[in-house]
Amino acid sequence: MNLESKLTILADAAKYDASCASSGAQKTNSRDGKGVGSTGGAGICHSYAPDGRCISLLKLLLTNSCIYDCHYCINRRSSNVRRAVFTADEVVKLTLDFYKRNYIEGLFLSSGIIRNADHTMEQVVVVARTLREVHDFRGYIHLKTIPEASPELIETAARYADRISINLELPTQESLNLLAPEKNMARTKQAMGRIRFKLEEAKDRKQNGDTKLRHATGQSTQVIVGADASTDADFLGRSDELYRSYKMRRVYYSAFSPIPEPSVILPLKAPPLMREHRLYQADWLMRFYGFGTKEILTPEMPNLDLELDPKLAWALRNRQDFPVDVQKATREVMLRVPGLGVRNVDRIIRIRRLKKIRLEDLARLRVSLAKVQPFLMTVDHNPARYLLDSDRLRARFAPQPQQLELFQ
Amino acid sequence: MKSVDPGENFESWREAAKILLTDGVPPGEVLWENTPGLFSEMNLAENPETYAALKVPADFVEMARNVCCHCDPSKWGLLYRILWRITKEGERKLCAIASDADVSKALMMQKNVRREIHKLHAFVRFKLIDTDKETGRERYAAWFEPDHYIVEAGTPFFRNRFANMNWSVFTPKGCAHWDGGRLMFSAGISENPVEHPDALEAAWRTYYRSIFNPARVKVKAMQAEMPKKYWKNLPEAGLIGELIEESRQRVRGMHGEELRPAKPMPRNAYLGRLREMSEVAICAGPLEGQSLVSKLLATGDV
Repeated sequence: MNLESKLTILADAAKYDASCASSGAQKTNSRDGKGVGSTGGAGICHSYAPDGRCISLLKLLLTNSCIYDCHYCINRRSSNVRRAVFTADEVVKLTLDFYKRNYIEGLFLSSGIIRNADHTMEQVVVVARTLREVHDFRGYIHLKTIPEASPELIETAARYADRISINLELPTQESLNLLAPEKNMARTKQAMGRIRFKLEEAKDRKQNGDTKLRHATGQSTQVIVGADASTDADFLGRSDELYRSYKMRRVYYSAFSPIPEPSVILPLKAPPLMREHRLYQADWLMRFYGFGTKEILTPEMPNLDLELDPKLAWALRNRQDFPVDVQKATREVMLRVPGLGVRNVDRIIRIRRLKKIRLEDLARLRVSLAKVQPFLMTVDHNPARYLLDSDRLRARFAPQPQQLELFQ
Repeated sequence: MKSVDPGENFESWREAAKILLTDGVPPGEVLWENTPGLFSEMNLAENPETYAALKVPADFVEMARNVCCHCDPSKWGLLYRILWRITKEGERKLCAIASDADVSKALMMQKNVRREIHKLHAFVRFKLIDTDKETGRERYAAWFEPDHYIVEAGTPFFRNRFANMNWSVFTPKGCAHWDGGRLMFSAGISENPVEHPDALEAAWRTYYRSIFNPARVKVKAMQAEMPKKYWKNLPEAGLIGELIEESRQRVRGMHGEELRPAKPMPRNAYLGRLREMSEVAICAGPLEGQSLVSKLLATGDV
């Protein structure tokens, strides 16, 4: 099979892994090396596909042959998809050729499981080792790892990569039993716990003077939304646990997507993409705005409102906390105002020490006045009480009903 | 009204501003124009100590460096007005007031400059020109069309990343060249000198086409980050139209597919052991649990 066919098949096979980050690596460059590459700081999105996703890395499967049978996956053994396999040298050459032309920040490498976990991981590690040791490649490498692989192999992978990840896929063991029978929640979490330990150990060693040590700086994971009845509360509860106890950098929420090789077990209908968007918004609220999962969702309401963003939905449920005095409120309280992002809250705090904030200041900070006015009080604006009490407040923010297409 | 030539960059503007400040010329009386010969008529400051005594804050300097790269010529007057307010009108912390009318304009210019530097790092596409037969050292070149004057600020990034190859970035607003020793800059050129296709562009287009998921089309999100103005110098942009058009059909095709039945588990010792492990309760801690897993996996086909 020629290289172009392999590339078509094995990039197509990798597209369902949403992870795209090229950020968070330790700072390096090639000025004192023999090869190419630099990392550090925020990642760079070198291109964007019409699905709105950024293309930052060369994202490939080493092979799409797989002995597992995860029903949502195009590469499962029950799929009739055409199979291919790269040699390590082919992946190394593609990575370097694309990198030198500034098409990519680096490589994202995963694989179908062949023979067993350790054998598969060894093949993946060969590619990363060759890039680092033979070519002195200092760009970004993200390696996917398999929870059942030996801890030594996973740690070897972590020495060559900037980020490693294991996909959780689903938030409960029940879902896994149905959709991914070879995967196991407890084993996956164990592997994540071990990785966390190793990441912290490496960080300590670097801080204590071991400057030569190269090690991954973080782990991330992905879950599939809408392939079964798992609720948003299930997902967010699991994410909360992963961020707190496993020091996960990112959880990616990937809406279940119809694939060319559908399984009898899965729904044909994909969840609305808006659901994925709301989960990311809720995830951001948890990580940067001080919200607890029980505030965003309740047992009576285990799924996020699709019509309103979760921060606004929370504010409408908690009108007694508003309006907030922009001149005096604490940072924690200001972060709860719909329409105020973290950056603007920090800017407002700096500005209000020097002058009184007026509506025109907010406008120049590009805050949406329409969104913010019912919840905020400035020296020249105080929302009418009736505005906050009215049920029509929700109606103000809900999206306009859409005209249905006459001919579907 | 005093006519002053700001020059091309932050350093030249700063020299002019120093003189104007020490002479006490208010912003309303300065006309900033690039006129050759005008600058030489001004006397360099007779009292350099007076300028130092003005104590210009560091946050202004950083912002001014970025704003001076912007293409809008009103930047010179805007910066001078802000500097005047800071030094002569006692508004020492002016740059912290992001909502001030002047500061917010300057910050918006800074934001646009920084954004474009980021897009330079993202969208410059190099082409291989040649490889030295003896040393194996490669030479690459790229063409880019920025709105702002970002070549000097943005290209050190490429020197750090591609230190061991020679490269040039050509733009109408300045060019940068790296030969392994020094990063040099030259005047802008009006036409793309590297129009020929590169051998890897076909592979890159294949990758771009294959990584796209036709079940999710979000053109606005794509265009917000990759505006159309950059498309003509991106080899993959030509595919965007056809990918969007085909997507609906491809998804309809997926929905029409027959559902695949699950194939039986192949005879594989590893899969068998995975099944066994899932049935064993793991109640020990992570390290003990792992030795149990390793034991189960170690025998046989590993």
